[in-house]
Amino acid sequence: MSVLELSGITKRYGIGAAAVDALREVDLRVEPGELVAIMGPSGSGKSTLLTIAGTLEEPTSGEVSVGGLELSKLSRAEQAQLRRRAIGYVFQDFNLLAGLTAAENVSLPLELDGTSAKAARAAGLEALERLGLAGRADHFPDQLSGGERQRVAIARAVVGERRLLLADEPSGALDSVNGEAVMRLVRATCQGGVAGVVVTHDAQLASWADRVIFIRDGRIVDQTSAPDGPESLLEVDGAR
Amino acid sequence: MSVRHALLALLTEGPKYGLQLRQEFEQRTGEVWPLNVGQVYTTLQRLERDGLVASDDDAADAGPQKSFHITDGGQAELTTWLKTPPDLSSPPRDELVIKVLVAIGVRDIDVHEVIQAHRRHIVELMQEWTRVKRDAAPEDVPLALVVDAELFRLDSVIRWLDTAESRLRRAPKPEPSLPAESRGPGHGVPKSTPSTRKAGARR
Ligand SMILES: Nc1ncnc2c1ncn2[C@@H]1O[C@H](COP(=O)(O)OP(=O)(O)OP(=O)(O)O)[C@@H](O)[C@H]1O
Ligand SMILES: [Mg+2]
Repeated sequence: MSVLELSGITKRYGIGAAAVDALREVDLRVEPGELVAIMGPSGSGKSTLLTIAGTLEEPTSGEVSVGGLELSKLSRAEQAQLRRRAIGYVFQDFNLLAGLTAAENVSLPLELDGTSAKAARAAGLEALERLGLAGRADHFPDQLSGGERQRVAIARAVVGERRLLLADEPSGALDSVNGEAVMRLVRATCQGGVAGVVVTHDAQLASWADRVIFIRDGRIVDQTSAPDGPESLLEVDGAR
Repeated sequence: MSVRHALLALLTEGPKYGLQLRQEFEQRTGEVWPLNVGQVYTTLQRLERDGLVASDDDAADAGPQKSFHITDGGQAELTTWLKTPPDLSSPPRDELVIKVLVAIGVRDIDVHEVIQAHRRHIVELMQEWTRVKRDAAPEDVPLALVVDAELFRLDSVIRWLDTAESRLRRAPKPEPSLPAESRGPGHGVPKSTPSTRKAGARR
């Protein structure tokens, strides 16, 4: 069963002459363990797609299922619980809480969901450590660099029993080695059965995905095909 | 890729046999650039002729048993080479650039589809390289460096394609201007891979 299933998703903002079709008839399924990257120019609908997949926004038409549950059939409370428990979300602008330390930001979703404070902190510290932030756990967001804040937001999205990980430009403020660390963590998270969707302009980051989807003007126009065997690379490009 | 200088570099560690040089070359370039024995021996012969290496055995053609060491001249040559800027001037005719330029003028061809076909192909190549990096042992820094270099090169091609696409979207549509015989379905559709090395396309 797909973790995420979008069928016939259309999203229209505004009305009449001012209407913008941010998404048109988008179909997308992401399986457990699969990492999908979405690439497309600015304004093509990437963030809109992610917010709809993350149940933060409702489509104008079409159906969204997460973990086999059709969202339109869930109550507000059930949607909120699904969002808190099953979906890890990295926002384009991080969305950290200013009054909490890095470690508290990361462990908050677990605590809200009933994990003990001690276990939540331990899980939070582990995620921070994997992103090279062990020494920043007790800093507040305004004491962190842009790239460090970004990594805290990622740590927060991967802790706990996530089934779906959604990340919007997760490496915007990172240099390439740190961007790679983020993608390695995202991949490792997916390896454990989580479905991941990462939006990025950056082809190097997208290339960590199993499948890259190209979006233009609110439509999925193309995607990469399944890989050949491991030997193909040396034949195509390595032999010189 | 200068096999010559890579071999000189390996010989700075001490005298070595041809087969050993081949093995070490492949190891230290992350086994991404295979080298055949013939290449190693011809290169060694030329280095010896130029006085940059010397054989440790007198027997004229001891073959695989022959061991080589680097000379003072070889050391100097290596140092100079390491600090000399490589040739970064662009190939005279980049095949991908030509394909996109040609596609603009061909009727029944959507240049955006041509661009997307190349973009997809390059991203697929990048996925393969990334998989190599992912599967590599963490201590295999040479392999990671070689893969990074490929990825940055391919990434710059993607950026060029992205830029080309947005320029074309903004620009007014040009009239098709190519002669009749090069029009029609099928013409100008790239089938081969975009390779900046095989600059075989003709204007
Ligand atoms: N709340 C909104 N009201 C009206 N229009 C919106 C709203 N949110 C997004 N849009 C429009 O929908 C389109 C898609 O926006 P979206 O944020 O999904 O783009 P994106 O692909 O994420 O771009 P970027 O790469 O710049 O982040 C844009 O034209 C945008 O102006
Ligand atoms: Mg966006």
